[in-house]
Amino acid sequence: MRLNSGFTFRRSIRSIHATKSVLLSRLVTGSGMACLLVLAACGQSMPGPTPTAGPESSPTAQMSTGGQSTPTSGAQGGASPTNTPVQVGNPGARLLINGAGATFPAPIYTKWFAEYTKIDPNVRFNYQPIGSGAGIQQITARTVDFGASDAPLTDQQLQEAGASGGELLHIPTVAGAVAVIYNLPNVPTGLKLDGETLADIYLGKITEWDDPAIKSQNAEAASNLKGDIVVVHRSDGSGTTNIFTDYLSAVSGEWKGAVGKGTSVKRPVGLGARGNAGVAGQVQQTPGAIGYVELAYALQNKLTYASIKNGSGEFIQPTIDSTTLAAEGVSVPDDLRVSIVNSSKSGSYPIAGFTYILVYRNQPDAEKGAALAKFLWWATHDGQSMAKELDYAPLSPELVRKVEAKIKSLACGDSACYK
Amino acid sequence: MRTARLTDRMFIALTLLMAGSVLAVTTAILIGISGGASQSLQQFGLRFILGQEWDPVREVFGALPFIFGTLITSAIALVLAGLVGVGAAIFLAELAPRPLQALLSFVVELLAAIPSVVYGVWGLFVFAPFLREDVVPGLRAGLGWTGLFRGAFYGPSVLTASLVLTLMVLPIVISIGRDVLMAVPDSQREAMLALGATRWETIRRAVLPYARSGILGALILGLGRAVGETMAVTMVIGNRSEIVLNLLKPGNTMASVIANEFAEAATPLYQSALIEIALLLFVITLIINILARLLVWQVSRGTLVEGRV
Repeated sequence: MRLNSGFTFRRSIRSIHATKSVLLSRLVTGSGMACLLVLAACGQSMPGPTPTAGPESSPTAQMSTGGQSTPTSGAQGGASPTNTPVQVGNPGARLLINGAGATFPAPIYTKWFAEYTKIDPNVRFNYQPIGSGAGIQQITARTVDFGASDAPLTDQQLQEAGASGGELLHIPTVAGAVAVIYNLPNVPTGLKLDGETLADIYLGKITEWDDPAIKSQNAEAASNLKGDIVVVHRSDGSGTTNIFTDYLSAVSGEWKGAVGKGTSVKRPVGLGARGNAGVAGQVQQTPGAIGYVELAYALQNKLTYASIKNGSGEFIQPTIDSTTLAAEGVSVPDDLRVSIVNSSKSGSYPIAGFTYILVYRNQPDAEKGAALAKFLWWATHDGQSMAKELDYAPLSPELVRKVEAKIKSLACGDSACYK
Repeated sequence: MRTARLTDRMFIALTLLMAGSVLAVTTAILIGISGGASQSLQQFGLRFILGQEWDPVREVFGALPFIFGTLITSAIALVLAGLVGVGAAIFLAELAPRPLQALLSFVVELLAAIPSVVYGVWGLFVFAPFLREDVVPGLRAGLGWTGLFRGAFYGPSVLTASLVLTLMVLPIVISIGRDVLMAVPDSQREAMLALGATRWETIRRAVLPYARSGILGALILGLGRAVGETMAVTMVIGNRSEIVLNLLKPGNTMASVIANEFAEAATPLYQSALIEIALLLFVITLIINILARLLVWQVSRGTLVEGRV
């Protein structure tokens, strides 16, 4: 390496050293300090030698929101669109409700907080979109009043939360879908894929667009399907990846066995890109690429997406309505922890999932508990009408009835929180 | 007299406190991440460093691909930035006419002030397509035999990350290198010129040897930035946990994987594994710094011995 050249210098300058030896040795022995002094002198114009991740995360947010107009929809950018806490409400309000967790629903939550504090000026909200994993941790540690997660908790996570604060309830708030985007210059729209093919592409078993499995589903575009498939996935842990891998696990035994589902998984093939914006950017600049992003992001940026075959054999375009239908096609268990992928309801889009607010059944602070229950009731009723404009799918009436029972079961001391 | 001594003592105590705070913070960080990493340390032991599998679903964690990625991207960046940076520093300090020197120095400092995410976006949307269209075909044809430039290239790769890192390290090497060279006393040059040496001989035999430990320091600071750089690398490296000695393929680095996965790491073991990567990064930085100290020490000791000859 470059560093070695110092030694050759040494050998070649013997003669000069003889005359300047005293000066030289002084400079060199003091080199560490000289270096530090130089550094300090340059310090004002240069960033430090080891930049930290912290201050850099907010510029990313700006990057991932590029091209979107409203500040609320901007936060759709993905798992780390912004770490800025959302603080809504009259600063003098008596009750402060703290929440933390998923980034995906942050725009609608922000909207809800803003609307709700108009109705009830006594409350204000502070929501930190720090990721589902961190949200689950915070509610387990009981440092927030509610957590938020894109994926329901696992049994083990529920147990840990239970040990900390008793029964933890899942309140689904809205549903979201994942769109499969692609870049095939000769097939500008209308690509159709079934789940198995999609899984095989992401497993690296199908590597060419002219694979018979893809051609047979796209008879009219068959002659235009050619070239290598470039698989793009999210590099950062995200609820989007969780829904996508949940779907692939549901439709492909091989995917379930080799990879499984999660916010980050071990990728058999492909390029990892950061956030929805990173995946979309990579797909758009790589002919032959396929990737997946949140539906809201795909709609707002007018990306090209594929129709996916649902549980009843129809190829369905991802839309808000087809996402809501997916939520109707499955039976919901009592704890509301439900996966709605691969729904067999007619017209439903198969790659979808709920996002949840997590609250303890036993609320330690009666006044706060009552306010939280009222807010949750409002969000799952009146608030639902605001979902569509922000590209979220509202809950089905049937599910809302189950949510009502959950909210009514919240206990503030001896009586119910919601009155 | 007495008050002077008292203020002196207070001053010494105050500066001691400030110096001590650096040590305290470093120790606190080390203790904090060691504590956070303990579960992973117990579970995986040495397998964590040597393991090549990173599977959050099954909770099998091995960090070797990330260590490899960090070391290879940093090494490439350091070599390239070292060559270009020292050359540029020599020109700026020794050869450039004043106005040009001022202009170039300004641009170098501008380069250093660009936030790394901007490098990342530029790398992904401008530089990577440029590499794909105009550079990689040539590399493949000319250097394909080395095995380092094989197969398909889609943009994000170890090569792209290394080159973006080179650009980020370069201003550090140039700025500090220039300042170090300019600090070389003129008597050094004059003596050489008086002996009838050319410009090149003067720089080669009188200026560079005099400044070498400072230049070494510049390179080490550059390496520090390369090893710790997170955002720009994450955006252009492709984030694939695999060890392949092919610069056209995607890779991953330690800082990247922490930034990518920490927020959504929901289980304690998963988090602990990510924190252990942070610990490893800390240790690697420490090793680099110790090696750098030894190198500087080696260089200065050599000089002393020669001086006495």
